[in-house]
Amino acid sequence: MQSISTIDPVDDAAPMNIEAMARESREKLLTWALPVATLLAAIGAWEWLVWAYQIPHYLIPAPSLIAKTLWTDGPSLMGSAWFTVRLTFWSLSLAIIGGVLLGAVFALSRAVEMSLFPFAVILQVTPVVAIAPLILIYVDSTFAALLICAWIVGFFPILSGTVIGLRSADHNLRDLFTLYRATPWQRLRFLLAPSALPSFMAALKVAGGLSLIGAVVAEFVAGAAGQNTGLASRIIESSFRNEIPRMFAALVLVSMLGIVIFLLTTWASRRVLGHWHESEIRRDQ
Amino acid sequence: MKGDPIIRMDRVSKRFGTSTLAVSDMSLTINEGDFISFLGPSGCGKSTALKMIAGLLPVTSGTITIAPAKGKTEHDLGFVFQEPTLMPWATVQDNVFLPLRLAGVSRDGAASRVAEALREVGLTKFAGAYPRELSGGMKMRVSIARAMVTRPRILLMDEPFAALDEMTRSKLNNDVVRLANEHGLTVIFVTHSVFESVYLSTRVVVMAARPGRVADDLTVTVPWPRSEEWRISQGFSAEARRISDSLKGTLDAEHIDH
Ligand SMILES: Nc1ncnc2c1ncn2[C@@H]1O[C@H](COP(=O)(O)OP(=O)(O)O)[C@@H](O)[C@H]1O
Ligand SMILES: [Mg+2]
Repeated sequence: MQSISTIDPVDDAAPMNIEAMARESREKLLTWALPVATLLAAIGAWEWLVWAYQIPHYLIPAPSLIAKTLWTDGPSLMGSAWFTVRLTFWSLSLAIIGGVLLGAVFALSRAVEMSLFPFAVILQVTPVVAIAPLILIYVDSTFAALLICAWIVGFFPILSGTVIGLRSADHNLRDLFTLYRATPWQRLRFLLAPSALPSFMAALKVAGGLSLIGAVVAEFVAGAAGQNTGLASRIIESSFRNEIPRMFAALVLVSMLGIVIFLLTTWASRRVLGHWHESEIRRDQ
Repeated sequence: MKGDPIIRMDRVSKRFGTSTLAVSDMSLTINEGDFISFLGPSGCGKSTALKMIAGLLPVTSGTITIAPAKGKTEHDLGFVFQEPTLMPWATVQDNVFLPLRLAGVSRDGAASRVAEALREVGLTKFAGAYPRELSGGMKMRVSIARAMVTRPRILLMDEPFAALDEMTRSKLNNDVVRLANEHGLTVIFVTHSVFESVYLSTRVVVMAARPGRVADDLTVTVPWPRSEEWRISQGFSAEARRISDSLKGTLDAEHIDH
């Protein structure tokens, strides 16, 4: 036998060079600097407009006043923020657990999926605001009631992301696992779960934001009942008392919470998929 | 023993739903050490026949018998798909490790076998790479290494190199022949290329479509394995013409059918 094979040229391995590295660091700078600069400019413009047109603070407070309120009302607002954080975190965690478990059951059995899917859809299409008063009546603990409302919102994206993901495994790879007589567990562990990760991570990004929305909306509905202390309650309270700067301060905290959730889920997705999935691979131009 | 029947197909048919037969009444005896090509136009049931032999598709009627394995192997039958079919989230060595992992072999226990399989396809240096970092030909080599890692007797390949460029394809052709020869493999190689089938195989099974069936069974009597020189010789052309004519005959017949 002749012509023992040699390796074909690696066409993907781009040579590292100074120019590419410089371009990369420039790009990195731009992805941060550009949005931050735009944001600062917008805040500056806001501050200037309020000052130039003498807009009263009970209509639109200046960013500087909002910052001051955040500082002075810090302790009470932080307590509320922590409540909302806990609510969001727990509802998202439970949504992940419930969504993944039920998604796995759905993927394993068509019959179960067909019988339970209507319930999942009803849960999804009925606005939480409409169910929340009922839940508040049935559940004694306000925190638990809020948790259920926020959970309903985050649960569905995770469920559908998991089901779609588990179904998305390549059919030839499925054949390969059949050929090697993989057990159901091996199939789940080594084929279905990794195949499901991209759509699960996409669902997680959506569900993260939705859990926060669910937590805030639920609290708005429960607001009438009083004794709860999340950021939404602070907003309602401030609105009753016409404390507009405080309202904005609470709003800023909600937004920041949303941004943190977005950054965390984006980071997690990059961590998990970065080394192999198209959606998270960075390409040199 | 080389030359003993290893796969026997007896009047095997396959129908998907209520459509026409994908494979009709296929009878074939394949001997140990044979390098067989299934040659035919697309849609003539080559993949279907191969998957039935692999046990990936149930037969509609007929029987397929595979002689029991005697040697030590985790899995007696390797399969190479038309696409490399690698797990994109796993490194090259983890992809090759998969069949052993599924058979319950530990990572440490498999390490030397995985390394050996990678060496045989010339990919030792790429053990830690991810599939997306490899060229099409290299991915196909990983796929071959994975099929070989369980030390199978039988290797089934479904148009494995159809998507590759000519140069890479001829290199991989030689690799497969070398592996088959060194390990005494029985190979069924599905292709729609007359030249590939002539160069590679000791026997060419020509298939025809609608219904999928064996149209001709030709032996290529030139000593095997063959040299690169033979590929550009008169003898090669003559064999290619003979098989090409047989294939044309089936295509013409099909044309009259319509
Ligand atoms: N899973 C399937 N369901 C229905 N029909 C199929 C399926 N797989 C193959 N066929 C049909 O069977 C015939 C043979 O297909 P195939 O074995 O893939 O041909 P080849 O590999 O020779 O191109 C084709 O007509 C194809 O449409
Ligand atoms: Mg095919």
